[in-house]
Amino acid sequence: MALFSLPRGHKAARVLPGFNITLGFTLTYLSLIVLIPLSALVFKTFTLTWEQFWAAVTGPRVMASYRLTFGASFIAALVNVVFGLLVAWVLVRYNFFGKKVVDALVDLPFALPTAVAGISLTALLAGNGWVGQYLEPMGIQLAFNPNGVVIALIFIGLPFVVRTVQPVLEDAEKELEEAATCLGATRWQTFSRVIFPSIAPALLTGFAMAFARAIGEYGSVIFIAGNMPMVSEITPLIIIGKLEQYDYAGATAVAVVMLVISFILLLVINALQAWQRKRTGAPA
Amino acid sequence: MSTTLNPSVRRAQAGTTEPAWVRYSLIGVALTFMFFFLVLPLAAVFTEALRKGMEAYWQALQEPDAWSAIRLTFLTALIAVPLNLLFGVAAAWAIAKYEFTGKAFLTTLVDLPFSVSPVVAGLIYVLMFGAQGWFGPWLQAHDIQIVFAVPGIVLATVFVTFPFIARELIPLMQAQGNDEEQAAIVLGATGWQTFWYVTLPNIKWGLIYGVILCNARAMGEFGAVSVVSGHIRGQTNTMPLHVEILYNEYQSVAAFAVASLLALLALVTLAIKSVVEWRHARELNAAADLPQENPHA
Repeated sequence: MALFSLPRGHKAARVLPGFNITLGFTLTYLSLIVLIPLSALVFKTFTLTWEQFWAAVTGPRVMASYRLTFGASFIAALVNVVFGLLVAWVLVRYNFFGKKVVDALVDLPFALPTAVAGISLTALLAGNGWVGQYLEPMGIQLAFNPNGVVIALIFIGLPFVVRTVQPVLEDAEKELEEAATCLGATRWQTFSRVIFPSIAPALLTGFAMAFARAIGEYGSVIFIAGNMPMVSEITPLIIIGKLEQYDYAGATAVAVVMLVISFILLLVINALQAWQRKRTGAPA
Repeated sequence: MSTTLNPSVRRAQAGTTEPAWVRYSLIGVALTFMFFFLVLPLAAVFTEALRKGMEAYWQALQEPDAWSAIRLTFLTALIAVPLNLLFGVAAAWAIAKYEFTGKAFLTTLVDLPFSVSPVVAGLIYVLMFGAQGWFGPWLQAHDIQIVFAVPGIVLATVFVTFPFIARELIPLMQAQGNDEEQAAIVLGATGWQTFWYVTLPNIKWGLIYGVILCNARAMGEFGAVSVVSGHIRGQTNTMPLHVEILYNEYQSVAAFAVASLLALLALVTLAIKSVVEWRHARELNAAADLPQENPHA
């Protein structure tokens, strides 16, 4: 308990009752649901020797899945940065008919179950789908190959960028832009030298969040990917495949790799958010 | 305010927006993108579900397996959401109302389940409670099944929806500070009264917001639940898992019919969320119009 104790001299903070019980409940619940099960994952890998672990996480099929998962997540997050910024900009700066509905719709990927998104995107992009039927004669295939993975991940990640950039754009001081214009800047110069630097931390945070979410994504991707080994098989699917063959240790080894990457990304996102708070000077 | 603006002022105001053609093209590109990535997939769910007419749609929804999936999905959400609500309020109270060492670390830990892949989330419970897991032999000896049964599904759902309510409430309660609660305590209120009459009205919108997002994820979770469910039709299939089974059996209309219920849930969630946001914004605006209580604050 020493780790989570009240500092001395903070008598005033203890005017409010309930510190021990709420913190106690929080720590118990956190341990039972999150920390102990996650440690089971780490302990399970200790049943493997280092060579076995290394072989499990660097097999050719696993390596191909890393390339696909990270590559597709990176591309999808980049697309989300561009279009997320555009959507946030349009929603904050301009007025148009149906704006409130569009604003609400941005959160659809948060609310729509991933399996539903997966089958629906597949139905759209398959050779006989609404969109696919026009693309196929042109030789463009967006379903059942790595392209499909990118499309599904763009869908999943869009709200992250929009919702991190939007509040920063709303709080941006117009006076700065007026000053830039008075000093002779063109609108593009004002955007690239005044507005962009102030939203850059938020954009990076949004990118990291979309990327982190995309790496772990499973439901929406497996329907559209085609799931061909070495070509369109994502890393979470490798874990499922190993589990179905009762290779618990192998599944755990790959899961640990993913978990470590999630931890690193979580720390990066926290650091980015701290940077953003320093930039904007906001207390929250 | 004079009507003849100084040229530099006029230029400055023009300088904070773009020419009309730029505005309209940006709006056009953004809306086209949203149309293809958000509107079309949503519309496709309903058209695919109704492809063979209302009759086939209703029939697909009246399947006993579909019904049991719907019941299991509601049961899961009914257990997972209140648990995480209780946790969210407790964690937010501890983190927002007090200063203690390790607070930033604790806040990061609360967010942790968001960054864990759903598949990994399911796997950890298999490793704990599965036949080869830590408690596997003991559970088998006592004839208790957790993995490939309803308790495992609930546990995996609790894990993936763990931070939803806490992370809505923590920043909200931090921003509101302790003044009102301290006043209530000094005036003789008990801790429970303080929470019920002072804190809760202040956080109610954030609470509703967190609960509906938590509920949407709880009902729609696929990856984590898929690992622990065992896919036993009529017993351990939630709605998203049932959608997958039907889809893989090429029962497209039936798959999209069940999916359409989940899509409706998503639309209702978005509608409630928007109403909550607008109400909250209106209350904030109304409060901003009031004279300041303490000009030195």
